[in-house]
Amino acid sequence: MQAKTFWTFVGPSVFLMLLFIAAPLVTVFSQSFFLSQPVVEIVEEEVCTPGFLTQTCTIETRTQPILDENGRIVRETSFVGLQSYRNVLEPERAWEAISNLDLRGLLAIDFWKALRFTLTYTLVTLPLVIGVGLAIALAVNNATKSIRGPAIFISLLPFIITPVVGALSIRWLFVGDGILTRGLEWYLQQDIAMFAQAWTIEVLMLFYRVWSVAPFAFVIFYAGLQTLNQDAIEAAIIDGASRWQRLVAIIVPHLMPLIVFVALIHLMDCYRVFEEIVGFSSQAHVISLQWLTYDFMQPDDAGNRAISRASASAMLTMIGIIVLLIPLLRKTWNDHRGSR
Amino acid sequence: MSTPKALQQPVSLRLLSGSFLGFWCLLAAFPIFWIAVMSFKAPVDAFAANPFDVVFGPETRARGNGLTLVDIVAGLTVLYLAFRVAVVRLPVLVRAYAPWGNLALGWIVGALVFSIASIAVFFGLLPPILGTINTLLGLDTLIGLTTEHYEAVWVDNAFWRNFVNSMIVTVGVVTVSLTVGTLAGYALARSGSQLAFWILIIALIFRALPHSVLVAGYLPVFVNSAAILEPILGENAPTLYGQPLAIIAVLVSINQPFTIWMLRSFFMSIPSELDEAARVDGCTHFQAFRWVIMPVMWPGVITTGLFSFLLAYNDFLVTSLLLDASNQTMVPAIAGYFNRETTTTDQVEAVAAAVSITAPLFLLVMIFQRQIVSGLTAGAVKG
Repeated sequence: MQAKTFWTFVGPSVFLMLLFIAAPLVTVFSQSFFLSQPVVEIVEEEVCTPGFLTQTCTIETRTQPILDENGRIVRETSFVGLQSYRNVLEPERAWEAISNLDLRGLLAIDFWKALRFTLTYTLVTLPLVIGVGLAIALAVNNATKSIRGPAIFISLLPFIITPVVGALSIRWLFVGDGILTRGLEWYLQQDIAMFAQAWTIEVLMLFYRVWSVAPFAFVIFYAGLQTLNQDAIEAAIIDGASRWQRLVAIIVPHLMPLIVFVALIHLMDCYRVFEEIVGFSSQAHVISLQWLTYDFMQPDDAGNRAISRASASAMLTMIGIIVLLIPLLRKTWNDHRGSR
Repeated sequence: MSTPKALQQPVSLRLLSGSFLGFWCLLAAFPIFWIAVMSFKAPVDAFAANPFDVVFGPETRARGNGLTLVDIVAGLTVLYLAFRVAVVRLPVLVRAYAPWGNLALGWIVGALVFSIASIAVFFGLLPPILGTINTLLGLDTLIGLTTEHYEAVWVDNAFWRNFVNSMIVTVGVVTVSLTVGTLAGYALARSGSQLAFWILIIALIFRALPHSVLVAGYLPVFVNSAAILEPILGENAPTLYGQPLAIIAVLVSINQPFTIWMLRSFFMSIPSELDEAARVDGCTHFQAFRWVIMPVMWPGVITTGLFSFLLAYNDFLVTSLLLDASNQTMVPAIAGYFNRETTTTDQVEAVAAAVSITAPLFLLVMIFQRQIVSGLTAGAVKG
C-alpha cells in the first residue's frame, strides 16, 4: 500500500486521536505549571448599624473579585512552577510522617491515601480475578453442552452491566436495611453497618471488581481451553499424571499467554478504578487516584474548578500508568523486532 | 462419541465442578435479579427484613397492586410466544421482505415493528382482558407488583429526556467510530510498514490513559471555547461545554485506540488474496475495501459496534463532567437519585432508574451473546 493511500485511510482516525488525546495531554502538562485565579481587590468599607443616639460604625475590609466591563470575573494566570504538585503531594507533611514512621499521618493526605488504595486494590484483585476466571472456565468446560450457553449468558451479565449500576446493585444489598445486611445481622445477632468504616467498604469493592471482571477472564480462558491439544493430555494420562498435575503442567502453561493478556488488561483497567467510588459513595473513607482528579475538577461552592491541581494529579496518575506499561511495551517491541 | 474410561471424571469431581458453576451463576445473577424485584415493590416491601416479603410483597398487595394466578400464567405464555416469534418467525420474515435485499435495514425495521407490537400486546391488550377475567372469577392477588416507581422516574422526573440524550450520544458514537475505525483498521491490517506499527503502539498507550487525565485537558478549553474560537468562527463560536455533539467527538476519540485494534484483528483474519484479486480486476484500494472486503466484514463490524455502544452507554466520568444538567445522559443522571436518597421512596425510585438503565443491556447480551464472546476473544487470541 502506498503512503498516500495509507494516509487517506488512517487520516481521520489519527486526526481524532491527535486532537482529542495527544493535544489534551499537552494542555494538561502545561496547565499543571500555571495557576489561574480570579483577581481580587481588598475593599475597605464602613458598615453602620443603627444604635441608640448614634450609629455604631465599623470599618471592615473585604476581598472581592474584580469585574470587567461585561460583568465577568477577571482571571489572571501566573506561572507557579511545581506549586500545584506540591499542593497535591504535600511533601513536607508526607516526609515528616514517613520519618516518624507514622502511616496514619501519611494516609491522612488525600494523594497518598488514593495511591495506597489504588495500588493495593489493583494488586489484590489481580490473582483473584485470574483464579476465579480460570475456575469458572474449567467448570463450564466440564459441564454438559446444553447448560454451557445459559451459563455463559448469566456470566456475561456482571461484565456487561453499567459499572456504576453494578456497584449500586451490590450496595443496595448491603445498605442499612438491605437484605444481606439483615441476614448477616440475624445470623451474627449484632448490628452491622457496612458503610461506616473503610475496611468493609473495601471488601465490598473488592467483591464488586472480581464479580465484574472475572467473566472477562472466564470468556478468554474458555476460548483458550477449546484449542487445548488433546494429544498432550492423553500422553500425560498414559504417563500417569493426576488431574492436578495435568492442570498445572499442561493446561496452565497452554493458557499462559492468555493469563498474561488478562493480567495486563486488568492492571490497566483497575488502575483507573473510579466507578466504585461513585457507586458506593465511599469518598469519605476510600478514594482512588482517578477520583482525586475528578474531585478537583468538580466546581466548588463558588463555581471554581481546581484545574491546576487536577492537572498535577492527572500527570502523577499518568506516571503510574507508564510504569505499568513498560514491560508490555518492551515485549511488543521485541516481538516486532523478532518478526522482521 | 463415548469418552474413554481413563478420561471419565469421578462423581465427586463432577459434583464439585457443577456446584461451583451453580454457585457462580447465583452470585452473578443475584444482585441484578434482586434490584429488578425490588423496583416493582412498595418501599416497605422492597427493604423488608424477610426475603419472602420482598418477593411476594404483602404491603404492595394490600394496596391493591398485584398479579393473580391467571395474570402470571397469561403473562408468561405471552412472553414465551413473543420469544418464539422473535427466534423462529422473525428471521424468516426479515429475509423474505427485506427491502432490496438489504438485511441490516430489514432487521432494524423488523426489530422496531416487533417491539412495538409486543409492547402493544403486553401493555395495551393484556391488562383489560385479564382485569375482566379476574373480576369475573373473583381471584386474589398472589404477588405484589407495582409500576408506580417507574412512572415516577420516567414521567414525573422526565427520565425519558436522559434516555433520549443517551440514545443521541450512543448512536452518534457508534456510527462515527465505526466509519473512522474501519478505514484505519483496514489500512493498518494491510500495511506492514514501520509507521503502522508505531501508530498501533501509540494507540495502545492511549488506550491505557485514565479518562480523567484527558477530561482535565478538555474541561477548561470546552468551558472557554466561545472565547477561544471567536477569532476563527466569529460571533457564533459555540461553547462546547454541555454540547452532546462535543461529547460524541470526545467519546469517539477516546474509543478509537480500542476500535482500531479490534477491527485490525478482524481484518487480519480476512485473507489479503481477496483484495489482491480485486486490485487485479482493476479496483482502487477504496473500491476493493468498500465492495469486496466490507461485505465479509459485517460480523467484525457488529462486534466492534457493540463494544463502542457499551463504552458510550456506560460512561460516567466524561459525560458527568462535560454535560450540564439540562442534557445529561442516563448514567450520570442516576447519581442525582442516589445522592438525595432521603426517604425509602426515593431509594426505590433510584432502584427503578438503575433497572431501567440495565434492561437494554440485558436484551443486548441476549441477542448478541455470540458476538460479544467472539469480540472478547478476538483481541486475546491474536494480540
